[in-house]
Amino acid sequence: MTILVANYGMGNVGSIANMIRKVGGEAVVTGDANAVAAAGKLVLPGVGAFDQGMRAVAERGLMEPLREAAARGVPVLGICLGMQLMMECSEEGRLPGLGLVPGDVRRFPTGDRLPRVPHMGWNRIAVKKACPLFDGDDDDRRYYFVHSYYVSCGDPGDVVATTVHGREFVSAFQRGNLFGVQFHPEKSHRFGMALFRRFLAI
Amino acid sequence: MLRARVIPCLLLRNAGLVKTVRFGDAKYVGDPINAVKIFNEKEVDELVVFDIEASKRGAEPNYDLLADIASECFMPVCYGGGVNSVDQALRIVQLGIEKIAVNAAAISNPGLVAELSDVLGAQSVVAGIDVKSDWLGRYRVFDASSGKLTDRTPETQAEELARAGAGEIFLNSVDRDGTQEGYDLKLIGKVAKAVSVPVIACGGGGRSEDFVSAVAAGASAVAAGSLFVFQGRHRAVLISYPPYKELERLLGTK
Repeated sequence: MTILVANYGMGNVGSIANMIRKVGGEAVVTGDANAVAAAGKLVLPGVGAFDQGMRAVAERGLMEPLREAAARGVPVLGICLGMQLMMECSEEGRLPGLGLVPGDVRRFPTGDRLPRVPHMGWNRIAVKKACPLFDGDDDDRRYYFVHSYYVSCGDPGDVVATTVHGREFVSAFQRGNLFGVQFHPEKSHRFGMALFRRFLAI
Repeated sequence: MLRARVIPCLLLRNAGLVKTVRFGDAKYVGDPINAVKIFNEKEVDELVVFDIEASKRGAEPNYDLLADIASECFMPVCYGGGVNSVDQALRIVQLGIEKIAVNAAAISNPGLVAELSDVLGAQSVVAGIDVKSDWLGRYRVFDASSGKLTDRTPETQAEELARAGAGEIFLNSVDRDGTQEGYDLKLIGKVAKAVSVPVIACGGGGRSEDFVSAVAAGASAVAAGSLFVFQGRHRAVLISYPPYKELERLLGTK
């Protein structure tokens, strides 16, 4: 099964492709608009700032192809900034997001008694509802996070898992064929491999 | 809850893995790829790899070796050594290594951290600060590429580099390096107070309990070399890493 890793210049696409191959999938890393529009399965990676990300997506002409693929029912997995770009907007920027999933992106508050931001390191997730990305996992799972902003789902029914860093936030969502994870599965050892294996099987 | 990260710190010299004592006496430890494979199997939190010769020799990073390392790592990896331009950093990030540490270059070219942060984002930029005591016992930033002590204090250096856009500070105590005598808690406290970004403490880690004191002193993560590559009094080479349950028990409440 082939997974297309949308390359808009702002993600560690090398690591994601490495891990997809490791679990027996085929990874195609490309920023080609036609390829993205025609993909059978998509990963939207991302590291960096929201507006820079949206601008990079727009510059490569990927806005419509991504929306088309999502509307066609293609499984899409947004990772970190990729997850955030799927929302309507972010406190980090002024540009609108892709708007594939209702909700917005907010900044972790900072202060003397609050944990340091960015939220960086290994943390656990509490799964709130059944989701093909996590079903059958052991309770031991942990993932690597690095982010200063978090997704707030407009539809509480989309929330799949939450994590606490000062406050509880959405660490994974699913809305039909659209999936998002705030952590980096490609950097989370066998726990991330299990997630990619399941995404391949969807 | 977030647990403080525990990070093996690997030193490269001429594509071989070495371990130093107080930044000298580099002892050959083995093949880096083999070590990285073992650390990957042990599911380490993160890995830091420094080429300790690159800056001294003015050499380029060893991209082939870094590509091999990246393909074996399913955890975050940070690389430092000989990086003095955005182009070099981008090339390394594209290999699948998501954090770039600058140390010598941040001393000679203070603007580099800001440039890297603009392009890669702060989360990918680690400012390395080596610290040594001067003859009066005062902490000063050490420039390992020239072997000279500067007149800068580690707090000022950390604060400036964090303001320039470094997402983390890698704080290494030269005097404790390779000694396994425990971390320099006073130094960690000073620097952690000066910045709001995470501080990774390195130098002196001798046993798992040392992590707890370093974290209590203000470190967000702890790194160690000897502890993870040597075993016993005679420093026989044996790669190890504490089991996850032990780390969670020691560092789990934060």
